[in-house]
Amino acid sequence: MGLSPQAIENRLERILLRVQKPGRYVGGELNQVVKPWDKSRTHVALIFPDLYDLGLPNLGLAILYDGLNRRDDVLAERAYSPWLDMETLMREAQIPLYSLESKHAIADFDIIGITLPYETLYTNALNILDLAGIPLYTSERGQEHPLIIAGGQSTYNPEPMSPFFDAFVIGEGEEVIHDIVDIYQDWKDSGGSRQALHEQLAHIPGVYVPSLYQVSYLDDGRIASITAQDDSIPMPVVKRVLPILPPPVTRFLVPSVDVVHNRVSVEIMRGCTRGCRFCHAGMVNRPVRERPVAEIVQAIETALECTGHEEIALLSLSSSDYTHISELVRAVNEKFAGRHLEISLPSLRIESFSIDIMDQLKSVRPSGGFTLAPEAASERMRQIINKPISHQQIMDTSRAVFEHGWNSLKLYFMIGHPSETMEDVQAIIDLCHEIMKEGKKIVGKKVKVSVGIGTFIPKAHTPFQWVSCDSVDQVRQKLSLLKQGLHHPNLKMTWNQPEDSLLEAWLARGDRRLADVIYRAWKKGAKFDAWQEQYRFPLWMGAFTETGLDPTFYSHRTRDLDEILPWDHISSAVQKNFLAKDYGWSLEGRSRLDCREQCYACGIVPTFTELRLQTAGADWKCP
Amino acid sequence: MPYRIRLTYTKNGPIRYSGHLDLYRIWERAIRRSHLPIAFSRGFHPQVRISMACALPLGFTSQCELIDLWFVEPVSLDGVQVALALVLPPGLEILQTQAVDEHAPPSQTQVRSSLYQVTLLDPLDFTWLDGQVKQLLACPEIRRVWREKPYDLRPYIEDLECLSEDDQGLPRLSMRLSAREGATGRPEEVIDALGADATQARVDRIALFLA
Repeated sequence: MGLSPQAIENRLERILLRVQKPGRYVGGELNQVVKPWDKSRTHVALIFPDLYDLGLPNLGLAILYDGLNRRDDVLAERAYSPWLDMETLMREAQIPLYSLESKHAIADFDIIGITLPYETLYTNALNILDLAGIPLYTSERGQEHPLIIAGGQSTYNPEPMSPFFDAFVIGEGEEVIHDIVDIYQDWKDSGGSRQALHEQLAHIPGVYVPSLYQVSYLDDGRIASITAQDDSIPMPVVKRVLPILPPPVTRFLVPSVDVVHNRVSVEIMRGCTRGCRFCHAGMVNRPVRERPVAEIVQAIETALECTGHEEIALLSLSSSDYTHISELVRAVNEKFAGRHLEISLPSLRIESFSIDIMDQLKSVRPSGGFTLAPEAASERMRQIINKPISHQQIMDTSRAVFEHGWNSLKLYFMIGHPSETMEDVQAIIDLCHEIMKEGKKIVGKKVKVSVGIGTFIPKAHTPFQWVSCDSVDQVRQKLSLLKQGLHHPNLKMTWNQPEDSLLEAWLARGDRRLADVIYRAWKKGAKFDAWQEQYRFPLWMGAFTETGLDPTFYSHRTRDLDEILPWDHISSAVQKNFLAKDYGWSLEGRSRLDCREQCYACGIVPTFTELRLQTAGADWKCP
Repeated sequence: MPYRIRLTYTKNGPIRYSGHLDLYRIWERAIRRSHLPIAFSRGFHPQVRISMACALPLGFTSQCELIDLWFVEPVSLDGVQVALALVLPPGLEILQTQAVDEHAPPSQTQVRSSLYQVTLLDPLDFTWLDGQVKQLLACPEIRRVWREKPYDLRPYIEDLECLSEDDQGLPRLSMRLSAREGATGRPEEVIDALGADATQARVDRIALFLA
């Protein structure tokens, strides 16, 4: 047993007034669920390994918190990473990481679920375990320690974090979390060994238990083989998906301090049929499933009743592709106009229809300005990345944005796409100027075009999983060209330093050996790597040097198509040969249109044939 | 049936770590949940019309906070109290409701002083602390610096005394400090001037005195 909740509270009272924003560390929010500890059979801690301000609005954890707390036999509570000032004082006062609801030490929970939505949270995840007083390596944990599991989008390549977690959830968590709890409960009653628990967990569809797989390497560092412990262990581990989206969460926690998104979030659709080749989310979240308009409107209504929020976000990867978008916007307008609400509808396509939608939302105040994401500025480049929008279409849409009364427009591009040349980068500059000039004609001198520049990072399970990143020098040259070219009073460019994206580049396609680099970087003090001012590049380079691994092996190397990739035993159900073919098409500049219209046989339908039988024919947007 | 109502409410528990601006949002959302006919300000970004008196420093609890609410139609005192009680977050509890003339000055300008009860978390000798209190009160002026500005704390202390220890043997103080605009006495400044650690104290506001 760790420190008692009372002892933790007493110690906390003495440090809270010495940290910034103590409201992050106290819980007590409206709609938090507090259950009697002793009457709950299984205690689950759900952890977002970054600051409360970012973690609280996370929809994935909100779904699990709601789902688990609906069970009578389960109690689920939350924790987040303490900021540096708080961590120092907690360590000084010997306060272990605790849950916000009941202030129990995290080590006293049965199951600890950490979400890993992106790679730059990895060192924070280690820090979470350390603050909880739990051994970092699975191999060092005994019968008395909680089960440590992870989920979230970055677990599609779990390998760099594999020695630290007992199990990873691959795919959607709504159902599998209950399977894990059930197995855990039976195992606990049986008094079995941890190894036995691992084997039982491995049989749950969508659960990957890394300790049951062995990886061997060739002399050149590539993988020779990935094998399962025995034939009963699944190979590959296929992701979990829900046949139909369940009713959305409506009882959101309402924070008592300001956080990044103070809003009700309703996912209107999951998955995307567009197939942009750089897009991890678009590949791994298939098939597309939509929620009915009535269900969405009802969920907003209930959530507003429960929270009193003044902002609503309708989330999806591509709002314009939601079949009933017009009907939804009309219904939202009718129902919520005059209530002083803001609605955000991100990810609208570049077409005039998007402007009609935003226009309609004006009566409920659309939040923010207008954002268009061409991702690349030359038509050639857009064919390669499979975002085939014509120049004409971009210009027409931009013009329409200005004509409909917006003075500012935000454009988003990536540099570093495969086979990108300086001409393609110049095209970004030219396009921005052309749009800005059109804007000037329509709205005058006050026109503002913001240009966000991201750096492309190849991700596992995408058609670009084999390609090399641009070198730091290449990125620097491209950025410097952009900075010169976009220097203009009506243009505003934002970008990241070339080194900033390297960490993500190494980890996104890393293998198991990177775990040692992560561990050493953490030991040297790496944490909050997602925070630009906290990310310390030299320290990571030092960690690589100590292990003798070459970072460029992970980031700046083109893989052969027949190379065994570190995540080959994890399946998103989109087949490797489909990805390879799509990569080939990209090299030929061939694009694939929306797969709602024509099936390109990515592998989803045959993998989940039985699951699809549980749905009505049109529920999946696969033809 | 009034259009403007003043509520006296508590701020206890974890919500004491929410600052003044956060508290404004907390009230705004509670009012939205209550469906009471609250008035909105005019302008491009209408805000609910509420006004709070005398910001409570972060971490302090209170048994006497004041908030005024404006409505677009007459409401009953009981109706408001009941509707809000159902939707307020833990820690905020309405103790009293009172009708206020719509055009009366804001309570912020009416507050003259605040009464605080302070519990020090570290045991201290009662006689020593009592001596410190008497010594401090005897000073004609107490020169201090707050946010880089020098000032005299003494005129802000209207009353200060040592109370008997609480049931866990912790030392307690009672202090009535000026709370006029531009002349606010801060309990943490008094604690510090007494030679105790202001971060190791529990401060409860127990009364506001209005003109």
